[in-house]
Amino acid sequence: MSQLIPLDPAATPGDLIYRESPSQTAGPYVHIGLALEVAGLPLREVEIGNTMATDQADGTPIELVGTVFDGNGDIVRDVFIEAWQADADGTYQSAWQHDNVFNSFGRAAPDAFGEGQWRFHTIKPGACLDARGQLMAPHVALSVFARGINIALHTRLYFGDETRANESCPVLNAVESPARRRTLIATPEPGDSGRIRYRFDIVLQGEGETVFFDF
Amino acid sequence: MTRPTHPRYLQRDRRWHPPAYAPGYKTSVPRSPRQALVSLQNPTATELTGPSFERMTLGPHDNDLLMNFRQGTEHDGLPVGERIMVFGRVLDQFGKPVPQTLVEMWQANAGGRYRHKKDQYLAPLDPNFGGVGRTITDEQGWYRFRTVRPGPYPWPNDVNSWRPAHIHMSVMGPALSSRLITQLYFEGDPLIPHCPIVHTLNDPDAVRTLTAKLDLARSRPMDALAYRFDIVTRGQFQTYFENQG
Repeated sequence: MSQLIPLDPAATPGDLIYRESPSQTAGPYVHIGLALEVAGLPLREVEIGNTMATDQADGTPIELVGTVFDGNGDIVRDVFIEAWQADADGTYQSAWQHDNVFNSFGRAAPDAFGEGQWRFHTIKPGACLDARGQLMAPHVALSVFARGINIALHTRLYFGDETRANESCPVLNAVESPARRRTLIATPEPGDSGRIRYRFDIVLQGEGETVFFDF
Repeated sequence: MTRPTHPRYLQRDRRWHPPAYAPGYKTSVPRSPRQALVSLQNPTATELTGPSFERMTLGPHDNDLLMNFRQGTEHDGLPVGERIMVFGRVLDQFGKPVPQTLVEMWQANAGGRYRHKKDQYLAPLDPNFGGVGRTITDEQGWYRFRTVRPGPYPWPNDVNSWRPAHIHMSVMGPALSSRLITQLYFEGDPLIPHCPIVHTLNDPDAVRTLTAKLDLARSRPMDALAYRFDIVTRGQFQTYFENQG
């Protein structure tokens, strides 16, 4: 017998029967399950990691890096982040495979005893259309999980060198405050081996608090 | 480029989920946003699509925690603890199975100790237990793991806070919108009503929804008890009226 509680005992499949399972924090040991190397566990044959694109992938290779800060300005070292982005043509590649040259999905977490920085190796995504046919600026969706976060926080990383596209992006413009909109813009800087690195710090609370979305 | 159309999802009920700020769980105090979430009335391909793992190669024991970290031979070296099976279905809010979706889990060993660089609890590691599992749901949304029942453990929150036995459960679902991480608790655990993390849930029904039930009928005689735990992801529906005239 299921532990679920139907909203209406007479409901049958096709009716709205259940509430969504409620979220609980991923906790401090999320790495055991989702980022084994950080926990110090041996890796399985296939792991979902922070390299989303190989050198063979189409598009401009880039790095995404950042640090997550709490409301005291302290680094959230036990954070775990998932990324979801389009390919260089603006298409989401849903079928994840470890030997794809590009996967739209990746996972990253800072080292357990390191500086607290997370990092993705990927390519710059292309622009894609929103549901009403308007062009969205290139972006990477980031989901933030950690001890003390009771339900995942969803944000978007936009690119600081895409000023014109950003200005007309319908999702960025759904953020009413221009000052808050700026919390979604990653800063380009020189990266390793000539790649562009984009820095995107996430502030969970307080001054400069990052915009988080509900959808 | 053609305008993309993707199935949409029922609105997430934020009062049913735990709030970001739940001061009884102290770490949530500095880690909860103070600003309101920005609501996307028109979610896009970014939110309405997500990764699929149908083609991911899983190891033969990825969903069997009795086997996937054992150091010994066939006849020894099993983890210490109460042998259990955790199984159930992933359904959406309309009762529709969620097939071919990635379900991942992690847990402490029978003594309440995690195999993690940062866990310092004095209960010992079990040389034959790692504590991680993953599987893909079948066509009807069923998943199953074999493991040992995790132990409760103390943690720094109040002076004397203990976590009830629990397994962290992660499900991808069909889209970023359905992504969910939660925890499985065990029927009859006396620590459940005392746990500050359980208390981030405001509704007793929410706690019951996360409490796996003993299923004696599906238990294996002389082998392992079975606990049933179904997971519900957001209801998916088609948008029939794209053109509003």
